[in-house]
Amino acid sequence: MAMMNQETCYAARAADSEPRQKQEKVKFQVESYDGETQEKRRKHRVVTGRILVAVFLFVGWEFFTRIGWMDSYYWSCPSMILQTAWLQLTKGTLLQDIIYTSGSTLIGFVSGTLVGALLGLSFWWSKTYAGISEPFIIILNALPKLALGPVLVILFGIGFFSKAVLAFLMTVVTSAISAYGGVKSVDPALETLMVSLGAKRRQVFAKVVVPWSMPWIISSLRINIALALAGSIVGEFISSEQGVGRMIIYAGTILDINLVWVGVFVLSVLSILMYWGVILLEKWLSKRLAIISS
Amino acid sequence: MSKPCKIEVTGVSKIFRKNGTNVAALSETNLAVEEGRFASIIGPSGCGKSTLFHIIAGLMTPTAGDVTVDGQSIVGKAGTVGYMLQKDLLLPWRTILDNIILGLEIRGIPRAQAVERALPLMKKYGLGGFETHYPTELSGGMRQRAALLRTLLYDRDILLLDEPFGALDAQTRLSMQNWLLEIWSDFGKTVLFVTHDIDEAVYLSDDIYVFSPRPGHIRAKITVPIGRPRKAEDLTAPRFMEMKHHLLDLLSAGQVQAEEIS
Repeated sequence: MAMMNQETCYAARAADSEPRQKQEKVKFQVESYDGETQEKRRKHRVVTGRILVAVFLFVGWEFFTRIGWMDSYYWSCPSMILQTAWLQLTKGTLLQDIIYTSGSTLIGFVSGTLVGALLGLSFWWSKTYAGISEPFIIILNALPKLALGPVLVILFGIGFFSKAVLAFLMTVVTSAISAYGGVKSVDPALETLMVSLGAKRRQVFAKVVVPWSMPWIISSLRINIALALAGSIVGEFISSEQGVGRMIIYAGTILDINLVWVGVFVLSVLSILMYWGVILLEKWLSKRLAIISS
Repeated sequence: MSKPCKIEVTGVSKIFRKNGTNVAALSETNLAVEEGRFASIIGPSGCGKSTLFHIIAGLMTPTAGDVTVDGQSIVGKAGTVGYMLQKDLLLPWRTILDNIILGLEIRGIPRAQAVERALPLMKKYGLGGFETHYPTELSGGMRQRAALLRTLLYDRDILLLDEPFGALDAQTRLSMQNWLLEIWSDFGKTVLFVTHDIDEAVYLSDDIYVFSPRPGHIRAKITVPIGRPRKAEDLTAPRFMEMKHHLLDLLSAGQVQAEEIS
C-alpha cells in the first residue's frame, strides 16, 4: 500500500512538476495520515508477532520430539498432549476435575477476600484492637499457609471443603492487610471534616473509610485469585479424589507425562481465565464504587 | 454594640502535653462577634488559630474557658457551626453535587430534598453545570467554591473559614473574595475567617483580631472603617494602606517580643 502511494505520488510529480509547493503540501498531509495508520499497523505487527512466537514454540517442540532430539518420553509433544486432552475430556473426568478445582478456588477466593476485607476494615474502629491484632496478622502473613495443608486435610477431610479452606487461608490475610493499609491511609482531615459536619462514627466509616479503602481491597484481588488457585491445587496434591491437581499427581505417579502436561496447560488456561474475570470484576467494582457511596 | 453577641469566646486556653512537658497553644483568648459580622483573625503561623477553630467547632475541648453561641455553651459539641478546613476535602469518589449535600446527608435529610436545596445554590454561585463532575475535574478555585457551598448548605448561623483561599493564585483569590462577600451579604451569616494575608483580612472584614505568637491570645481588635460593598479600588485607597501599616506594626511587634522571649 505504501509503495503504491509513493509510486503514484512520484508519477504525479513527474507528470506535472510546476505546482511543486502544492504537491509538497499534499504529500505532507498523506504522511501525517500515515502516522496514524502506522500506529495501527505496528499494533497489528505486535499481535502477529506474538502468535508467530507461540506457533514457533509449539511447532519446534513438536518437530524436535519427532526427529528425536528431544525425548518424547520426558518432554511429551503438543500433538500427544492434545490427543490426551481430548481423550480426557470426552472419555475421562477432565471436565469434572476442572469444575472441582475452579469451584474450590472461587469459593476460597470470594470468602477469603470478603472476610479479609471486613477484618482489615474493622481495625479502623479501635486502635487498641488493631494494635493487639497487628502482630498476629503479620505472623499469619509470614506463615507458609500451604504447609498447613496436611493439618487441614486431617481437620476437614480429603473432600472439597479442605481445598476451599486452604484457598480461603491463602487469600484472607493478604486481603486483610490490603484493607488495613487503606484504613491506615485515610486522610485524618476527612475524618475531622465529617465530625465537624456532625457525623457519627458509623457514618464516618460508611461514607469515608470504606470507599477510601476500596482501591486497596480491589488491588488485592489479582494477587488473591492466583493464591487461591495455588491453595486449591496444593490441597489436591496432598490428598484428594478429584481435581486437576490430583490428576497431575496421579499422572506423575504412573509416569503418564502427556497427562501431566495436559494438567499444566489446563491450569494455565484456568488461571488466565480467572485473571481476566478478576479484571472484569475490578472494573465493575470501580464503577459501582461511585454509585454505592452516594 | 446594641446587638447581642452571636459567638463569644471567653478565657479559652489550651495546653498540650508533649513529651512530658506542657505546651501552651492558646492562653486566655477572648473574642466576641456580633451577629452577621465578618471577623478575621490574623497572626503568625503556629499561633494557635487553627486550635481555636477546632475548639469552636467542638473537635477539641479547651483546657480552660468557654465558648458560647447565643449564650449556650458549645464546648465539645461538634456540628453547631459550619467549619471549612484549609483543604477543600472533597470526597474524590463523589460528584460535586453529592459532595455539596454531604452535610445534609449526614443529618439524615432525604437525597431528593437535599438536591432540591443544593441545585439553585450551585447555579447562583457559579457551580451550575458541574453537578456530575468529579472534584479532580475542577480547578482549585472551583473546588473551594464547592467546599464553601457544602459548609453553607450545612446551614449553621456561624461559618468558620480557615484560610480557605490560601492555596489559590492571586487573581483567583480576588474573585473568590468577592464571591465570598456576595454570599455573606446574601445570607447574613456570622463569619470567623482565619488568614495570614493582611490585604485579605482588611478587604473582607468588619473586625480584625490580631493574634500574638504562641501561646496565642488576642493582641488587638481593630474595626475596619471602610464601607460596604467593597470594591477592588478599596485595595489601593490611602485608608486601606493606613490599616495595613497599622496591622503590620502590630504583627511585627508581636514577632519581636516572641524572639526576645526565645
